[in-house]
Amino acid sequence: MKIAILSGKGGTGKTFISVNLAHINKDSIYIDCDTEEPNGHLYFKSKREKKIPVNVKIPTCNQDLCDGCLECVNFCRYNALAYANNKWILFDKICHWCGACTIVCPKKALTEIDKSIGYYSHEKVDQTYIRSGFLNPTEVSGIPIIQELLNEDNFKNKANTLNFIDCPPGSSCAVIESVKGADFALLVAEPSTFGSHNLEMVHNLIKLYNIPYGALLNKVTKGENPSYDYCSKNKIPILASIDFDPKLAYINSQGLIAAKEDPRYFKIFENLWESILKEVAK
Amino acid sequence: MKIAIPAEKKDLNSPVCLSFGRAPFYLIYDTSSDSHEFVDNEAMKAQGGAGIKAAQQLVNEKVLFVITFRAGENAAQVLQAGNIKIYKALEKSLIENVQALKENKLEELTEIHAGFHHVE
Amino acid sequence: MKQLLILSGKGGTGKTTVASAFIELSRSRAYADCDVDAPNLHLLMEIEEPLLSQEFYGLQVAHIDRDLCIDCGICYEACRFNSILNEPFHTIDITSCEGCALCYLVCPHKAISMHDNSIGKLKLYKDTRRVFSTAQLYPGAGNSGLLVSEVKAKMKDHLLDYTDLAIIDGSPGIGCPVIASLSGVDATLLVAEPSISGISDLKRVIKTAKSFDLQILVCVNKYDLNLEKTKEIEEFCQENNLAFVGKIPYDIKVLDYVNKKRSLKEIDSLAIRALKELYKKTMEALGYF
Repeated sequence: MKIAILSGKGGTGKTFISVNLAHINKDSIYIDCDTEEPNGHLYFKSKREKKIPVNVKIPTCNQDLCDGCLECVNFCRYNALAYANNKWILFDKICHWCGACTIVCPKKALTEIDKSIGYYSHEKVDQTYIRSGFLNPTEVSGIPIIQELLNEDNFKNKANTLNFIDCPPGSSCAVIESVKGADFALLVAEPSTFGSHNLEMVHNLIKLYNIPYGALLNKVTKGENPSYDYCSKNKIPILASIDFDPKLAYINSQGLIAAKEDPRYFKIFENLWESILKEVAK
Repeated sequence: MKIAIPAEKKDLNSPVCLSFGRAPFYLIYDTSSDSHEFVDNEAMKAQGGAGIKAAQQLVNEKVLFVITFRAGENAAQVLQAGNIKIYKALEKSLIENVQALKENKLEELTEIHAGFHHVE
Repeated sequence: MKQLLILSGKGGTGKTTVASAFIELSRSRAYADCDVDAPNLHLLMEIEEPLLSQEFYGLQVAHIDRDLCIDCGICYEACRFNSILNEPFHTIDITSCEGCALCYLVCPHKAISMHDNSIGKLKLYKDTRRVFSTAQLYPGAGNSGLLVSEVKAKMKDHLLDYTDLAIIDGSPGIGCPVIASLSGVDATLLVAEPSISGISDLKRVIKTAKSFDLQILVCVNKYDLNLEKTKEIEEFCQENNLAFVGKIPYDIKVLDYVNKKRSLKEIDSLAIRALKELYKKTMEALGYF
């Protein structure tokens, strides 16, 4: 079963929740799809010794065959190509790796080469399988890395192992890629107008993809909770509510797994997991 | 020889456009015949790589000089590959800038900015 | 005019709260929300009817004409973005279509064409005091960098006279929208979280920011949640010649400021005072006063 943990707003506690859920479920898989700012590996202290590069295909030009016809330059939808003074120029940071230019070239002067945009690593630490993706800074999109992380052909896990997918913040295409194929989505929200506003965004996204969902209210304080109000109004089941606690903030900031350090949190996550299972069963 | 300048309007007395890649038109001025034309900037509505596409258009037009307020590094790379010299525009009209170039009164553009990296 | 971009790497560190405080303290005449994926700044600002409210078109996306398509599957095999669905027949998944037009190129029956696709909505608010540019990306959209660039461009197109500082609220991460927002700004203030994740993310966003020619300033928010990690960040800044301009304690009153749209003049607390001090140090670093 695949559980996606997402939030819309950043910093609500996706990684905290995903890491702890994976921890209390022996032999489950934690997958960090936030390839721009991956953090789960810090909690598991994974060594990441095996780094598997993720490559995309960019074009290269055989200048002997190229006659400057400009077919590729004119076709490229991203304007990633130029030609001046008998020199073919590729702007690889703009290239979208689509392969169209190599097909369009009438002289077959273009071929493709690999360019690495980052890597993923996977290992087992204690009772958890960890998969993390890392996008190289200055690269624009980590989607190919997310695709590798979710491609079971890359890994030797048994089918039907529990997957906890730690999604990127927001509701953009990287989030969609992470959530594809999930059986259940846990929406993590914090008690601020920002939190509820972004909860609404990610709620709309999940509804688009017909994935069953439930909410978790995190960093709850006394006083108003616009996210709670949003859930009530929209009949989103609230599967757990975790109070703000500076001690918990400290544990997390030290990169420790709360369910491991503190029996109270172990209980909280056990209860959360039970609630998720009940909700999935419906 | 041909000079290109990004233009807001098809009017020699109008000011130089502040943007290079997104200017609506380019003035192409031929100093050998003192003739000129305004061409539409094919990159104006480009979703990404506007500077590159605009620079390519000027390379295709066989322009030798560009006078502009600003140019991104991608556009500059294409212009330089095409041996096009880039000069910094004066806050004057298009025709006054052409005149200034003829009289060698313009400085080369040295602040090439990092470009607008629009794309995914 | 100087442009100051507020970034963080890690999400939820307090960018929008800091941006909003700076806007109030500087009486800024120009500000923008470049977190087009999850914009929040407008929730804190007093806004009226927008001057501009327009659809934003990203790259054109493919469309298969069912009357011409014979389901040969060539497009499905060629697409690198898994954007073509083949059950029960071939259609384009617009949300993942990258607009490359490869399918259009390879279709032997000319059944595929490229069409305009709106990926978000731009809004510009303008009155005699200020211009505020923002946008909302539609769920699942890509090309967010294009929209970010447009948000900034719209702000610049509508600047009021005597605008000498523009404040830009950025997005988390290091990808396309962050890169697009960094382009052309004079300085970036990184709001860091004193945690192992926060430090890891801070370092990655610094690497991204360093590829641009701009001033990098760092501050720590909710610093008292972990004093050792705060110190680690301060030391990191010293070792790497990055200006450390302040730290703000965790303070539940700040939630009041955010949730109730209060003014900084109305509430007082340690955090509010620290925010004002941060503002002062940032402005000094930028060369104001």
